This record gives sequence, C-alpha cells and structure tokens, in this order.
Amino acid sequence: MEAKSLRGARSARARLNRPHDLSISRLHIRLGSLLTRSWPLPICFGFRSLCGCWERQDKTGFSSLHAGELGHLPPDMADQNRNPDSSGTIETNPVVVVQEIGQKGRGFLRQIGSMFWFIVNTFTETMDNMRRGRAPFRASSFFRHTERAGVGSVPLVAMVSFFLGLTMALLTGYQLQRFGTERLVPGLVAIAFTRELGPLLTGIMLAARIGAAFTAELGTMKVSEEIEAIEAMGISPLRFLVAPRILAIFALMPCLSVASSVAAIAATALISYAYFNIAFVYFTDLVLNALLIRDIITGIMKSFLFGMLIGSIACYRGLNVRGGAAGVGNSTTSSVVTAITTVIGFDTLFNVVYTVFFPT
Amino acid sequence: MSAPPPDVVELRDVQLHFEEKKVLGGVSLTVKPLERLVIMGQSGSGKSTILRLILGLLQPSAGSVFFKQFEISRLPRRKLQQIRSRIGMVYQYSALLSSRSVRDNVALPLEELTHTSSDEIDRIVEEKLDLVGMAHARKQMPSELSGGMKKRVSLARALVLEPELILFDEPTAGLDPVIASVIDELIISLTEKSEVTSVIVTHEMDSAFRIGTRMAMLYQGKIIEEGEPEAFKRSTDPVVAQFLSGSTEGPILEGSEDAIAT
Repeated sequence: MEAKSLRGARSARARLNRPHDLSISRLHIRLGSLLTRSWPLPICFGFRSLCGCWERQDKTGFSSLHAGELGHLPPDMADQNRNPDSSGTIETNPVVVVQEIGQKGRGFLRQIGSMFWFIVNTFTETMDNMRRGRAPFRASSFFRHTERAGVGSVPLVAMVSFFLGLTMALLTGYQLQRFGTERLVPGLVAIAFTRELGPLLTGIMLAARIGAAFTAELGTMKVSEEIEAIEAMGISPLRFLVAPRILAIFALMPCLSVASSVAAIAATALISYAYFNIAFVYFTDLVLNALLIRDIITGIMKSFLFGMLIGSIACYRGLNVRGGAAGVGNSTTSSVVTAITTVIGFDTLFNVVYTVFFPT
Repeated sequence: MSAPPPDVVELRDVQLHFEEKKVLGGVSLTVKPLERLVIMGQSGSGKSTILRLILGLLQPSAGSVFFKQFEISRLPRRKLQQIRSRIGMVYQYSALLSSRSVRDNVALPLEELTHTSSDEIDRIVEEKLDLVGMAHARKQMPSELSGGMKKRVSLARALVLEPELILFDEPTAGLDPVIASVIDELIISLTEKSEVTSVIVTHEMDSAFRIGTRMAMLYQGKIIEEGEPEAFKRSTDPVVAQFLSGSTEGPILEGSEDAIAT
C-alpha cells in the first residue's frame, strides 16, 4: 500500500519535471509568444521556398537535377531550431510543428517546380535536336511505346468502360423509368462518357497500367547506372528515353478515351434495347441529339492534358529513383498515386475553368 | 583566363561536398596525353567521383575541371554533350542497356550522335566487337553474358566513337584473376593501338601495376602521392606503404569505423 503511493508520488514528480509536458495554459503562452514573436518566420520561409522551388535547377540535362537535390539543400531549418537535448521526447514545441509543416510544404513546392522544369527541359532538348536537323528519337522507339501504351491498353479500357456503361445505363434507367423518362438514358451516358468519364477513366487506367510501367522501367535503368551511362555518352536521357514515352502516351490517350466512350455507348445501346425497349435506330437518334460537338472536343482536350500529365509524372518519378529495388518500388507506387490524384485534380480544375470561361 | 593547359585532363583544387559530407577536399591532378593514369584509393574514397567530375556528371563545389581547353563545369549543356562524346567510360558493372542486344548497345552512340549510315554502323560495330573478342555474341542480350564479357562489350561501346580519353571505373573488380589479366591486357593493347589516353580507377594492386604508366593515390579526399609505378613501390609514405602491402597495421584504419576492436 505504502509502496504504491510512493511510486505514484514519484511518477507525478517525474511528470512535472518532464520539459515538454504542456498543460493547456502553457500551450496558450507558447502559442501567444509564437504569434507575437515569430510571425515573420512563415512569411520569410514561404518566400524563400517559393524562390528555391522556382529556380531552374537544370543546366546539364537532368543530371544536376539529382545533384541539386543532393548537394545544395540548405541544412534543415527545423533541425537547427530543435532543442539538442530533446531527442527521444515527443516534440510539442509549436515552432517546430509549424516548421515541419513548412518543410513539407516546401518539399511539395520544390517537387512541383522540378517537375515543371522537367517537362520544359524535355521539350527544349527535343527541340534542340530537331533544330539541328536530326530526328529527336527513332520512329521505331516511338511506335514501340505507342504499341505498348496504346494498342495494348485497348482491351482493358474498352472492357472497363463497357461494364461501367452497362451499370450506369441500368441504374439510371431504373430510376428514370419511374418518371417514364428512360429515353434520357442514352444521352445521359453518352454525355457523361464523352465529356467526363471517358477521359477520366482512361486516365486512371493508364496511370496504373502504363505510368507504373514507365516508372519501373526508367527506375530500374537508373538503379543499374544505365541512365548515367547514356548521359556519359553525350546522349540526353530526356530526349532519348523520356520524350518518346511522353509523346506516345500524349498521342494515344485521346484515341483510348474515344474507345472508352464508344464502348460505354455500345453497352448503353445494349441495355436500352434489352430493358427499356429503345430500338438501335432510335437510340442513335437520341445520342446524336443529345451530344454536342463541344462535349466531344472538351473530352479530347482533357485526354491530351491527362496523357501529358501521366507521362511526365511517370518518367519524372522513374528518373528520380534512389536506393535500389525498394526505391523502384516506392517510386512506382508514388508515381501511380500522384498520377491518379493529379488527373482527378486537373479534371476538376479543367471543368471549373471551362464552365467559367465558356459558359453554355 | 590563363593559357589553355596542354594536358588532356586537369583538375585544379577540386572540392566536392554532399550536404555536410566532404568527399574531395582539394584534388589537383593532371592527365597527360597517351598515358594510363591509375587512381588508387580505398573503397568509398571518391575515386569514381573523380571520373564523374571529368564527365561533368557532377559539379565540383569549388575548383575547376578541364578537358583539353574546355572547363567542364562551365560549359553549356549542348557543348558538354559534345565533349562527353569524345570521352569513353567503362562502368564497374558495365551499365549495358539490358533491353538491347550487344550489337545495339555498341551501335547506340553511333546511331544517336552521328550521321553514319546503317551499313557503316554495322561495319564499325563488327570491328570494335572483334577488337575485344566478342564478335560471336553480337545477337545476345546482356543478361546472357558473364561479367567479363559484359566488361568487354562495354569497352567496345566506349571505343566506338574513337574517343580521345577513356575512363575505367574498377575494370577488374569482381572478376576472377585470369579474366582480370585478360581485361588488363586488353586495356593495354587497345589504348596503345588506338592511341588513346586513359584514366583507370582501381583498388586492385596487381592490376594497377600492370596497367599504369603513372599512378596517384587518393586518401581522405586528397592526392597524397603521384608518380611512376616504380617510385610508388619505393614510397616511404606510411599510407601508401600500407595500401600496397595490404597490412592492417598502419595509419589507414586508425580512427576508422572499419577498424576491428581488439
């Protein structure tokens, strides 16, 4: 009994002595002092990181891209301000928390910056070669990638879109049937797919199927020093490896999204005929009446954009692999995740911009 | 600017830091025409880094690197790529493109950087593969070759553009002694036949003394000794002496993490 209370008292004292055990009131004081004393910090920090992220890191192709990441990083600001003796305890100092957030944000901005320059450099290096009167890459290499990325993806894209078209027609049809307006189904599915779902679904599928392949392929080449060897020969890897891949997926993406829309509309025709008694002739009439050229063009423009994004993200991640087999795995995962997120994000952005600037 | 140096490569007080870690702390080194300079040093002492600096794959933190009269670290990208095509590099793990056949690997620089016709390319590839004794493996993929064969193909690829300088990164590491001697002989005969300067990075002493016409020892980011192989053998520098004898007694392991606590 006595021993127990003794231990309790000791642990209470220990708790009092712990340096970073914040009570609510102390947290208030800390936050207050943070706001009054260090408010310029996030501003300066944000400004610096913006400048840092936007610097063109690249003079010698992409090699200095990783040298840049390796070499010239300023020492971790959060590390400087961290209490040296506080290692091991959970960090609750708000300054550190803010800085960690800043660090994360800075890393994110830096990535966006270097990805932007990655695309610009690929473009300029490819153009550079063309200006000197040489083909930037072999046609065979381009067609090998279109064959793999484009033709090889048709079954997947068509199947998934077909099944999705079936489901969509069926579900909307049953709902609309209650109001006796099931003849709206063909137009609904057609518009949804040509304008929105076709490009989006194709984008997501290609990010998983082709983006992952590109990243893993380039990543493995990076790990086995092949990319460095190519660069050491005086061949730009951006032109030789990246450009044909990006161009292939950029050119083939709209074709695939058309295939996706066609498959979905075919599925709708099937459902309309089987369940809602809409004859094929009437069906085509309904679809053609509902569709606008504008919807189709929007869809195609989006597909080009998505193709570009998926290709560049996948190749960028591939060339930035570090650390062996695990590095390739991590980069491939992050390539797919980033590509899918970016595709969906840009889809939303595109729709917002489109509806604001080109209202019906 | 000062007068252009007559040497093939010149490193002037080159320093290199990766974040806080110092890799090279003021390396000055010259490579004279037609010599075979061997750079020795411990594993991880920055030997291969020197080769990457010469190729402009890394930028020095301070100092300058010259190839002929060109300062590598200040060249614009396109010029740098032209310079790189005049330098051949043989990697430690060969770095052949695994998705291309031996013939395509060797043909790659010609296809990408020159206007050679395909017949001509075939002829040159054949010739270079013959030089390294690999003509029979033309159609094979790199994964089907042994380490020594890959090295030879890699050497053929480095030779295909008739470079003025060839850099070898550990050419004999990981090969059995017989094949290592074969590769050494090949390096000697090829560099003499095609009149090309070479820089060889290695930590294998037999190979170093066989190939080198001059040697340099890199230790703790600095060149501590430079000279003829004979002078090297007689060196009184404790580090060099320990390195050559391979003994565990001496200054190299002192304070190092590799030292075995006794």
